[in-house]
Amino acid sequence: MNIQVNGQQQQFPNESNLKVTDLLAGFELKEQRGIAVAINDRIIPKSQWPQTQLADGDIIEIIRATQGG
Amino acid sequence: MNEDFLQVGPYRFQSRLLVGTARFANYQLMLESVQESGTELVTVAIRRVDLAASKDFGVLDVLGGQYTLLPNTAGCFTARDAVFTAQLAREALETDLIKLEVIADDQTLLPDSEQLLIAARELVADGFVVMAYSNDDPVLCRKLQDIGCAAVMPLGSPIGSGMGIRNPYNFQIIREFLEVPMILDAGVGTASDAVLAMELGCDAVLLNTAISGAKDPVAMARAFRLAVESGRAAYLAGRIPRRLYAEASSPIVGMLPSLEES
Repeated sequence: MNIQVNGQQQQFPNESNLKVTDLLAGFELKEQRGIAVAINDRIIPKSQWPQTQLADGDIIEIIRATQGG
Repeated sequence: MNEDFLQVGPYRFQSRLLVGTARFANYQLMLESVQESGTELVTVAIRRVDLAASKDFGVLDVLGGQYTLLPNTAGCFTARDAVFTAQLAREALETDLIKLEVIADDQTLLPDSEQLLIAARELVADGFVVMAYSNDDPVLCRKLQDIGCAAVMPLGSPIGSGMGIRNPYNFQIIREFLEVPMILDAGVGTASDAVLAMELGCDAVLLNTAISGAKDPVAMARAFRLAVESGRAAYLAGRIPRRLYAEASSPIVGMLPSLEES
């Protein structure tokens, strides 16, 4: 399946049963504080990351705080 | 203990200086500058995680714990984007504070008043403590207060311009209109701008480039700490009225008679 993460297309096996936590782990973001995740413009609370499954065509944004004025 | 504090919604601060964390040459310089400024409230932006870059030393690791983080919605052109960014910020940083910016275009970075009001209404209804970056328009500032913003932040001049307060008379009117804190946001160039802002009755000053872009950011951070304290003290002390002609300060009684010309 194809999903888009922060503007980049990513491919995963169709039978991968991918959860938000798995995706974050893949980017070494699993233990990271200060991250928020949205799927198709809907924010997924941290508590729901372990059970929220990703689907083909999902558009995912992973954000954090950075330097700003 | 200092009894003169800045109250933004449920949050209380001793310092009346808010500092942005952008455009410093490195984290060390940012940290030293923030520290020297005496601020307790620092602004951060919300951006995509760079998936290719190292995941170490996010700004949260560097500043979190020591300072209250104030996420902004910088770069948002619509109410919809600003609300979404605020909600992401709340989820990421576990804070209800938001510096709401909805800008009209890249050249001026001036607020889009219409979109700003829409976003402010939504965020207040959603439980945010909204600090709204506003034009220096007294009517708009009053509307933002009426909507329920916890602070209204009129600009002195465009972001990063260093032009200071272009319309001090509007600030005087805004001061009369507002009960929530009035915070000067944007346009500050040097310490005297901050002093003037505080003397005009601002409750605080928010700036970034004036420190990060200075030749010596840490020294400038100190200058701003002193400026805000000084301006606040002068405002509370109450200045003398302006008059067109002189008024002698030394007593007139007991003057020696003028010497006669020989």
